[in-house]
Amino acid sequence: MLFGYEWVTGQGDLAFAASILPMLLLGLVVTIQATVAGFFIAVILGLIFAALRQSRFRVVRYVTGFVVEFLRDTPLLVQLFFLYYVLPEFGIVLPAFMTGALALGVQYSAYTSQVYRAGIEAVPPGQREAARALDLTERRTFTHVILPQAIPRIIPALGNYAVSIMKDVPILSVVTVLEVLNVAKIIGDQTFNYLVPFTMVGALYLVLTLIASYLVRLLDRALPKTGLPLR
Amino acid sequence: MNWTEYLPPLLEGAWVTVQLTVYSMVLGALLSFAAGIGKLSPNWAIKGLSVVYIEIFRGTSLLVQLFWLYFALPLVGDLIGINLRLPPVIAGVLALGLNIGAYGAEVVRGSLQAVPVAQLETARALNFTRRQTLWRVALPQALPEMMPPFSNLAVQNLKDTALVSLISLGDLAFRAEQIRNFTQDSVTVYTIILFMYFGMALVLASFVRGLEFWVSRWRARA
Repeated sequence: MLFGYEWVTGQGDLAFAASILPMLLLGLVVTIQATVAGFFIAVILGLIFAALRQSRFRVVRYVTGFVVEFLRDTPLLVQLFFLYYVLPEFGIVLPAFMTGALALGVQYSAYTSQVYRAGIEAVPPGQREAARALDLTERRTFTHVILPQAIPRIIPALGNYAVSIMKDVPILSVVTVLEVLNVAKIIGDQTFNYLVPFTMVGALYLVLTLIASYLVRLLDRALPKTGLPLR
Repeated sequence: MNWTEYLPPLLEGAWVTVQLTVYSMVLGALLSFAAGIGKLSPNWAIKGLSVVYIEIFRGTSLLVQLFWLYFALPLVGDLIGINLRLPPVIAGVLALGLNIGAYGAEVVRGSLQAVPVAQLETARALNFTRRQTLWRVALPQALPEMMPPFSNLAVQNLKDTALVSLISLGDLAFRAEQIRNFTQDSVTVYTIILFMYFGMALVLASFVRGLEFWVSRWRARA
């Protein structure tokens, strides 16, 4: 029994599969919540890293570059354990879900910070020069010329990382987050049938990522490549 | 316990991690080329097989794949009467290689498709067979383009090896967890292994850069 649902054993795999579906779907809700929370942190933290990399001070640029590289080159699992065991030693006690979302956000901020940079650098230099020739201020150039053209490139790339985050959520099961894989593992441990729950999780993931990738493609097509219209 | 006493078991674990990375990278590279070239095949069976493989392994989570191979596959074996109880090392290498191979296949396909059409038309005009066109014209030009994304995938693969600690394989992450359970000294242990992974990633990335130099050597002659 899990989440108040009872599994049906001894009546064939189909009956078993049908009886555990509600539990897996509850796990899937947690997966999606963790994805959203992790993505939110990654988007904000990545923006901060990208901004720090543009800093006037060389030390700030170098330190940020190192931190981003370090976060990108170390495993999410180890970062997660680090946060899970080390934060409490500094008196910061977070629920497992929050620690997990934080780890996802921290790891993926290294990737999103690159997305912002690449998006801004992909705007042709002629645009900046033209803005300068027209005597626009730095700020106005950025907000009215660079950003409207960079955002249509940035958003689909961020969307792809959201899909990646979703695929990394099962790692949070190691700190007891009850996401979909953890639910399947518990069902397997109790019923000795791992085949059905794990195959169902695989299928659910496949459906979810196919839908998500399709949405990202739609978004990519819907965004104007020449830049967002201003007003 | 002094932190230097952690090093021997951690280095042992690091060696397991290195082995896992190398084996799964070799498997992944083979699968990348097989499925990447297969996806462009005119034969619908080869093409279909490649597409299904790529979609399944890119579309699901690596940990799900690992658990499926380790926990669920033996039950499939029981159903059809074959012993499919894989030792953790085999399950780990298989899951890592199959996973990274699916991502690599898209890189191979993309790079092959980026070869200018004129090159393929010229090969055809010169009466090259399909096989010759692939080996002598398309691949040599596509290989250097594959290297930067391959470098990212290699580091991704190294990081992913940490997941095998969850099926009780004694890699770096597993050793760290053992020491932590024993000493409760989380900060030191996890700081050390974060830097060990970081160092290994830097070595791996520079190795792939060397490979890039090597596969691009024909450019210098041109």
